Amino acid sequence: MIPAAQPQKSVDLGDLKIDHSSRRSLFTIAMTILASACMLLTLIPLIAVLTYVFLQGFRRFNLPLLTQLPPPPGLTEGGIANAILGTLIVVGIAAIISVPFGVLAAVFLAEFGKGNPLARWVRFATNVLSGVPSIVAGVFAYGLLVKTGLTGYSAIAGGVALSVLMLPTIIRTTDEALQIVPKEVRMASVGLGASNYQTILKIVLPAAVPSIITGVTLAIARAAGETAPLIFTALNSSFWPGGVLEPISSLSVLVYNFATVPYEPQKQLAWAGALILVLMVLMTSIAARLATRQKTY
Amino acid sequence: MALAVIKYYPLFRSMTVTPQGQYASRLRSRTEKGIDGVFFSLTAGFAISIGVLLLSIGLVVTINALPAIQAFGLKFLITSEWNPVSGREAYGALPMIYGTLVSAILALLIAVPLGVGTAIFLSENFIPLAFRTVLVFMVELLAAIPSVVYGLWGIFVLIPITKEIGRWLHNTLGWIPFFSTMPRGPGMLPAALVLAIMILPIITAISRDSLASLPPELRQASLGLGATRWGTIFRVLIPAAFSGIVGAVMLALGRAMGETMAVTMIIGNANQLNLSILAPANTISSLLANQFAEAKDLQVAALMYAALVLVIMTLIVNILAEYIVGQIQAKYD
Repeated sequence: MIPAAQPQKSVDLGDLKIDHSSRRSLFTIAMTILASACMLLTLIPLIAVLTYVFLQGFRRFNLPLLTQLPPPPGLTEGGIANAILGTLIVVGIAAIISVPFGVLAAVFLAEFGKGNPLARWVRFATNVLSGVPSIVAGVFAYGLLVKTGLTGYSAIAGGVALSVLMLPTIIRTTDEALQIVPKEVRMASVGLGASNYQTILKIVLPAAVPSIITGVTLAIARAAGETAPLIFTALNSSFWPGGVLEPISSLSVLVYNFATVPYEPQKQLAWAGALILVLMVLMTSIAARLATRQKTY
Repeated sequence: MALAVIKYYPLFRSMTVTPQGQYASRLRSRTEKGIDGVFFSLTAGFAISIGVLLLSIGLVVTINALPAIQAFGLKFLITSEWNPVSGREAYGALPMIYGTLVSAILALLIAVPLGVGTAIFLSENFIPLAFRTVLVFMVELLAAIPSVVYGLWGIFVLIPITKEIGRWLHNTLGWIPFFSTMPRGPGMLPAALVLAIMILPIITAISRDSLASLPPELRQASLGLGATRWGTIFRVLIPAAFSGIVGAVMLALGRAMGETMAVTMIIGNANQLNLSILAPANTISSLLANQFAEAKDLQVAALMYAALVLVIMTLIVNILAEYIVGQIQAKYD
């Protein structure tokens, strides 16, 4: 038996309205303003750094910048072409070492790692490796290659130092990219008679290639901006790169060195170098953003 | 008839259809199994060498540091003389250890409230999702800008500003030991500010992730009980995501302690212990960046020893962070 609906006692609708001057409302408004202020304050440094680098960098942005050697102190002409080339070489060496290394290690984690205690340890090691300060990667390459005389101060030593820093990023992004590939794809492949290595090399990896490339590009862009691991491994040079066993100049080290010299032309070159580094990072980040939007599966 | 032939075969034994239309199982050939085995061992080998790489980093640094460890022992950690002049060589890293810790902690003091505030802003629906996505991306960009660019910007933009602020602080609050010196430009304050900018995106990104990955039921239940938005944030969401936020802070601390270039360019590189945050200071990583290229013999060993101290410090912080972040992921799975 449901009792018949009783006529409602008249409710004072005023109670249901939001009282904008109550303590709760004021607190809500104050906190919302505070959170927005935090957001703004976080964006200010980004905008400040970007505008300043763009303004200063573009003043010196011209063709000789990309084709000529840095001027000796006192002269104003010249460019940073050797440093751009040097960065490409050192980062190239780092990529040659870290990409196959990282991708294969990630294949192990993603494809054979389920329930394997070894995979847990390798993931842990990767995370610890990503926390290793960049300068320590430089110290490692110095101790391993420079001090022992294996390569001395050289592009290779710099590349090895950078590859240590690129590895965790490559492993992590490849691992994630492989795990996104649906299990059904592997089952279908195995069901058609493919063996493990065929499934992974011909089916799973190709499907994950776009995301892997994105990860590798990001890792390369980050590595190109690294300075600390290079200052005492690749050292510096004011000439064109003379081979992978010679000290070599790089954009980031050039920015560091020229930032603190008392000559105005060198400072301008430092800003131009910083602009190139920032442009590179900006473009790869935006491209990576756009690329990951399109999904294969 | 055919059904009788199809028995249960393990996944990796393929089946083929014979020309007669009958099913027959084809066992993997020895070569195929062999290639599979080789491929597995290859990937496993590369995976294991990540661990080997990590160990060899520790080993290379320790072995090279041995001469200094034997010469100075633990005194290295508590003395503050750094004298590479041969014959009177003495190395103590106390000012650098102090500088590393203080600059990182100051940076956290600035970046944690800002980062968590930003994370809350980005995980709530104050503005439409499309705008939030752009803002999240912009915060990510903050992490992508190279350290050396922050350093360059710090020298020419931030230091002139902090010099003014520092002068005011010194003149009005000079009796506090932290502001007891006249700012000369480079120093602990601008370095901590740049570090704060550099760790902001880490704190924001991980805190936002842990807030956004909370089950929506938590928020719905709280709002349903009559809590306001901020009541829900403070009493329900932040406590639930707390370990994620703490993990973010720990990761940021590790990053701040290891950060090199930006700090080297603006901290002043003075190997002295000074309580004043307006005075020049030094960190372990800036010490390494400054002296490694020209170092010889015992100085290299001393620098390696300093690097070892840095590795141990960041390792402890990062493993703690790893552990804490791991805890939350288990909680709401």
